[in-house]
Amino acid sequence: MIFVSVGSMLPFERLVQAMDAWAGAHPDTKVVIQYGNGAYKPQHAQGFAMIPAAEYRRLVADAQLFVAHAGMGSIITAIQAGKPLLMLPRLQTLGEHNTDHQLATVKNVGNRPGLYSAADEVELVATIDRLLAAGAAIPAPISPHASPELIANIRGFIHGKKVA
Amino acid sequence: MPAQKPVRLLAIASGGGHWVQLLRLRPAWEGCAVSYASVHASSADDVPGCPYYDFTDASRRSLWRFPVVALQMLWLLLRVRPQVIVTTGAMPPLIALVLGRLFGARTLWVDSIANSERLSGSGDIARRFAHQVITQWPDLAQGNDPAYWGSVL
Repeated sequence: MIFVSVGSMLPFERLVQAMDAWAGAHPDTKVVIQYGNGAYKPQHAQGFAMIPAAEYRRLVADAQLFVAHAGMGSIITAIQAGKPLLMLPRLQTLGEHNTDHQLATVKNVGNRPGLYSAADEVELVATIDRLLAAGAAIPAPISPHASPELIANIRGFIHGKKVA
Repeated sequence: MPAQKPVRLLAIASGGGHWVQLLRLRPAWEGCAVSYASVHASSADDVPGCPYYDFTDASRRSLWRFPVVALQMLWLLLRVRPQVIVTTGAMPPLIALVLGRLFGARTLWVDSIANSERLSGSGDIARRFAHQVITQWPDLAQGNDPAYWGSVL
């Protein structure tokens, strides 16, 4: 099963349509898409506008590959679940987000093992076929919490201490 | 040591990555009386045993929702009466932070790790209102405003 998510805030028709077409061409592979506020409803894949958090995490855990926009919710969920993630960044020029920060995310966060990205829909589909054939790396496990440094500093703020 | 009343803290974030990052900060407010707020009712399942409130999402694309969001935030603040507010963004929590400060809360803005090359627009506004703004990227820190205190990853 391949789980696809556009995140929870904005539509991302390019990703939904590319993955729905992929599902149509690969009827033996189950594809589940959380398509959010998008107008396009998947025709071949199983589509849900919004999946509750617990079910969403179960789908990521059960998927052989997670495909999503380059949002931090998707990235952190993939790393915590130890699942390979293939990202298609949203582009400001196509009206897919307010800024091009997802390109920066791919560049600055996407270099971790188990995280893959595609520049466009053609590369996305080619990368899926390659990852399914050759096997994808798995993200290294991480702590369920932020860095001890950040936790300690925020704890200090809460209790009114000055941070050096 | 005399028993102290726990700090009343509001941990608030929009959906998706904002909420996921907030959850990774949880040990920071261990021992506080924490209430959570986000945009999906189902997110209450992520914080069992804690008061959870939902609010309407809004962004630069849906400015018309702001009066509704502002009223929701006012109502939220009247119920929680936070002494400290911590948020990982985005726009609606910025309103809670500004209003909360008027009510005397200490306020911390944690800019999302998604903003790796420049601070978010909301984070820039937060610099004028929050007691402290932090970035998760050392290169974006400008002394203490914004400061770099570490990262959620």
